[in-house]
Amino acid sequence: MTMAENTATTFTTPVVTNRAVQSDSPLEEKVSVRTLNFYYGDNRALKNVSVPLYAGLVTAFIGPSGCGKSTLLRVLNRIYDLYPHQRAEGEVLLDNQNILNPALDLNLLRARVGMVFQKPTPFPMSIYENIAFGIRLYERLSKADLDARVESSLRRAALWDEVKDKLGANGLSLSGGQQQRLCIARTIAVKPEVILLDEPCSALDPIATAKIEELIDELKSDYTIAIVTHNMQQAARVSDYTAFMFLGELVEFGPTTKMFTSPSERRTQDYITGRFG
Amino acid sequence: MMEQHTTRAFDIDLQDLARLVAEMGGLAEKQIGESVDALNTHDLALAQRVIALDDKIDMLQREIEEKAILTIARRQPMAVDLRDIVGALRVANDLERIGDLAKNIAKRVGALDDDIELTKVLRGVEHMADLVLSQIKDVLDAYTRRDVEKALAVWRGDEEVDAVNNSLFRELLTYMMEDPRNISLCIHLLFCAKNIERMGDHATNIAETVYYIVEGRPLADERPKGDTTASATVAFPA
Repeated sequence: MTMAENTATTFTTPVVTNRAVQSDSPLEEKVSVRTLNFYYGDNRALKNVSVPLYAGLVTAFIGPSGCGKSTLLRVLNRIYDLYPHQRAEGEVLLDNQNILNPALDLNLLRARVGMVFQKPTPFPMSIYENIAFGIRLYERLSKADLDARVESSLRRAALWDEVKDKLGANGLSLSGGQQQRLCIARTIAVKPEVILLDEPCSALDPIATAKIEELIDELKSDYTIAIVTHNMQQAARVSDYTAFMFLGELVEFGPTTKMFTSPSERRTQDYITGRFG
Repeated sequence: MMEQHTTRAFDIDLQDLARLVAEMGGLAEKQIGESVDALNTHDLALAQRVIALDDKIDMLQREIEEKAILTIARRQPMAVDLRDIVGALRVANDLERIGDLAKNIAKRVGALDDDIELTKVLRGVEHMADLVLSQIKDVLDAYTRRDVEKALAVWRGDEEVDAVNNSLFRELLTYMMEDPRNISLCIHLLFCAKNIERMGDHATNIAETVYYIVEGRPLADERPKGDTTASATVAFPA
């Protein structure tokens, strides 16, 4: 792939528009990505990306396939570390601590930064165990406390009423939408601070999608959320801030209302109005 | 010009909308010109045609509304496309109101007694109508070309219309005081002048819409306003 070389010259400083959504409360940067570069072997997939994730808000990442949005998400909890020949340069600060530091405890990081993927990935075990499994890795809870945590997680994920009578059933027996909510319940069960959602609704029907969106809205008061989505309307609906990426660069970042009604950058406008290529 | 959408049918939807608005604008212009002609020449048949034309304008507005709603539902437009469609709706609304005002002028033609010689006042009304008509032509042109500068010129130009309206108002008041038999006619002319002045206001609305479509934010400035008829008085000659 020569994508990186071809476009290296087109880098421009991203346009950062009006920072505050609500001007009454100052925004706290939970995560600060600073001049991040990412390489798959020789291929540079992210080019000097700098973007904040504000605490208690939802940030959406949009852009055509291959623009680096999923790559960026994979850096935020260092999932990429599982693969050889992948490396990140720059800084990613979580509460002012650089998570790219090689000495960092990755298990601890991934408990603080949870991730939900495009396709639901329940473990082949009971619904109850799907949630309890992760908790046991980090905490030693009594049976009663564990039960309570499983229940509260499933309630938070708006799944409890549908599964409370069959907690012993296999997680894979649930519908796609339920499986995805199970994965979200599993993620929040370990009490993360940041939740990364990589196209969480692309395999779901509109009703299941609406439930997940409702859930995102519900969760954002307690978590900092980043969502990658190909569905522009979804980004417009659920996020407070939107970042538009193209060919590994961050083109524009700003309040979602502004991005979808009058973006500053021509490339953003062309993309969101369906005028690309 | 803007690059085309990946979905060509979307471009066609937007072009159709713009075409309908242009057609509506043409009809509204025609209606204004003819209503003032009917007033000047006391042509009752022409006045009737102006009144009948209003149905067509109303129909076009409904068609634009339906098309806009359908396009929003079908394409979920964003950014400039969304502003384009919302703009078409607003402009159609203003044009419909302009049509109503022209119809109202036409309706008054029958009430005017052509015995009384008031050519001078009628000329004032005609002058004002010409001014507003050119404002409306310009603003529709600005809409079609997405020309912000031209739209702003119209927006600022409304002050002149207000000035003519003010002097007409005083003139009519004077005629009424001179001879009470003029009152009925003058009141009707006063309404005609007011109608034309309102048309000018709709032209500035359209100018603001053009600005919003292109710039993506509302026109923030305070528009210069010159209508002082609300507090105008003329002293009785001693």
